[in-house]
Amino acid sequence: MTGPRSLFDKIWQRHEIARNDAGQSLLFIDRHFCHELSFHAFNMLKARGMRARHPSRTVAVADHYTPTTGETREDFNGNDRYDLYRTLERNAAENDVMFLGLGDHRRGIIHVIGPEQGLSLPGMTIVCGDSHTATHGAMGALSFGIGASDVSHVLATQTLWQPRPKSMRVTVTGKRPAHVSAKDVILAIIRHIGAAGGTGHVIEYAGPVIDALSVEERLTVCNMSIEAGARAGMIAPDDTTINWIAGKPFAPKETRWDAALADWRALPTEPGAAFDKEAVINGGDIAPMVTWGTSPEDAAPIDEFVPDPASEPDATKRSALTDKLDYMGLTPGQALADIDVDRVFIGSCTNSRIDDLREAAAIAKGRHAKVPAMVVPGSGLVRKQAEQEGLNRIFIEAGFDWRPVAGCSMCVGVNGDLVAPGERCASTSNRNFRGRQGPGARTHLVGPAMAAAAAVTGKLSDVRKIGAR
Amino acid sequence: MSARLGRADMEPFIRLAATAAPLKRDNIDTDQILPARFLMMPRDERYRTYVFRDLRQNADGSEIPDFVLNQKPFRDARIIVAGHNFGCGSSREGAVFTLVDAGFRCVIAPGFGDIFYNNAFNNGLLPVILPGETIEILQELLEHTPMPEITVDLEEQLVTGPEKFTARFEIDPHRREKLLKGLDPVAYTMQFEAAINEFENTYGASYPWG
Repeated sequence: MTGPRSLFDKIWQRHEIARNDAGQSLLFIDRHFCHELSFHAFNMLKARGMRARHPSRTVAVADHYTPTTGETREDFNGNDRYDLYRTLERNAAENDVMFLGLGDHRRGIIHVIGPEQGLSLPGMTIVCGDSHTATHGAMGALSFGIGASDVSHVLATQTLWQPRPKSMRVTVTGKRPAHVSAKDVILAIIRHIGAAGGTGHVIEYAGPVIDALSVEERLTVCNMSIEAGARAGMIAPDDTTINWIAGKPFAPKETRWDAALADWRALPTEPGAAFDKEAVINGGDIAPMVTWGTSPEDAAPIDEFVPDPASEPDATKRSALTDKLDYMGLTPGQALADIDVDRVFIGSCTNSRIDDLREAAAIAKGRHAKVPAMVVPGSGLVRKQAEQEGLNRIFIEAGFDWRPVAGCSMCVGVNGDLVAPGERCASTSNRNFRGRQGPGARTHLVGPAMAAAAAVTGKLSDVRKIGAR
Repeated sequence: MSARLGRADMEPFIRLAATAAPLKRDNIDTDQILPARFLMMPRDERYRTYVFRDLRQNADGSEIPDFVLNQKPFRDARIIVAGHNFGCGSSREGAVFTLVDAGFRCVIAPGFGDIFYNNAFNNGLLPVILPGETIEILQELLEHTPMPEITVDLEEQLVTGPEKFTARFEIDPHRREKLLKGLDPVAYTMQFEAAINEFENTYGASYPWG
């Protein structure tokens, strides 16, 4: 390949083992993460009579079904969930794969601990049987979710066949206003390009607003790439990335660090590199966002209103919108800042890192929750850091339910932390799909400060009008 | 019905003539195809009953009559003609397992979630992309014809339906081949083992921190 290359071009090229007649590339996979739901893939591998080809390139982490109240068998919501946990432990052992289980202080949500442990590094190809794998792209990696068959293929061969995706650059210009979080940035992007706006593409996020984000914030942005339909999202590694990685447990050390650094410095997209698609958003225009519907693209600034189906000219779209509002229990034209909530969830691979907890605690401090509000840290290390900073005490004093054990929890609800049918939840997670947080649950996606604001007011609220204490 | 253990004995897809159901909704996500509470279930004979569970049934198990797959001509559909962005959301291959186990072999839509699209090929489920306007015409035809049957021909890359409906579709040649022959992907990849070994030797030396 000649001419200026993008970050994506460079990573793709260095991992390409072969290309077949149909133009698909066989890519080498540097890192593979698996979790409880990888059992289908391990079964497929076993059925072939195979074991993991490169055990040291796979890490198994229990996060989906683990309890958030304690770390014993009794804390699990039923034996089936505990069995699923044990199955992962057994599959990892049978394949000589590192397993992070209960009681290990490093354990947490895969997409939090991969970067946190220095397991997800710039220039890597990273896969996991989970669509939010795009998160790790914030480290300057090509990282994407795959299904069980492909998970078993990676275990068996450490490779994947991929058609070359198209490339897209989303540039966020200007300066992010106060009280606008990384979550608001990505929700604004999804609203702009749509839930299928990135389909078939790998998105590179760029521009001054992205450059100014912390690594934690970048992880939030890349996390929701899949919610824009994108195969992956990525951000070029810079000083912010490199300083953050330095000293992480699995990050390279000494001479290897120097070699890695030289390599990573050369990864960013070169001026003039071509993208198949470009979108530009003015960061200065972004306001705190909430979703009102059942797709992440149904997002709007908090000072706007629930849309009115009557003003939708297309009959099919009109009936779909009516159906959505019916599911969500909302009235056309209702102010978004006038929607009462029944509960609040702060956590998930989108928003459970230390920055997120700090943002939420700043709003919770000295106030009191009017509705049940649960806070679940993303990892054991995030929990420890939050406790050292006294954030847990702020939450507890404000009447929030501080959970001591990390996990996916109420984002997907499979561990038993569910939103009840018909209940309305302001949630820092990534999906407002029908039934996502439990059958009949109504989800409004928000950032951590907005979630805390909803907790202390009992309704979706404009964090700019509340302010930190 | 397709293989339980994955694709080692995947059923090839060549041509399918079957009842097709119009599912006129955009963004049917994988949580709607397979609600999260079924994710932990093993793939046994119950798996087919999970498909679209919360769209098909009320919490008490009674049927929701408005849902298209509960309606008379479409109850035994094996093809779904859906709206934009079908299968968006999570990577759960269970969404494909439950469709396949319930007898579906083909979904036609203007676009798919990327991971779902890929998973479909790994399980002998053919995802066909047609333009939105063509889909709307096809959905209308299916709603108004007494025999809502269509034929999907992968060899010819052709969809034919009521009232001489005909549409050609494009598909990645490798994926087409995989479905036509029911190819086992791991066995296919192992044909490249020498290249993989060679790559690994050089790569490990160049990027030892991986």
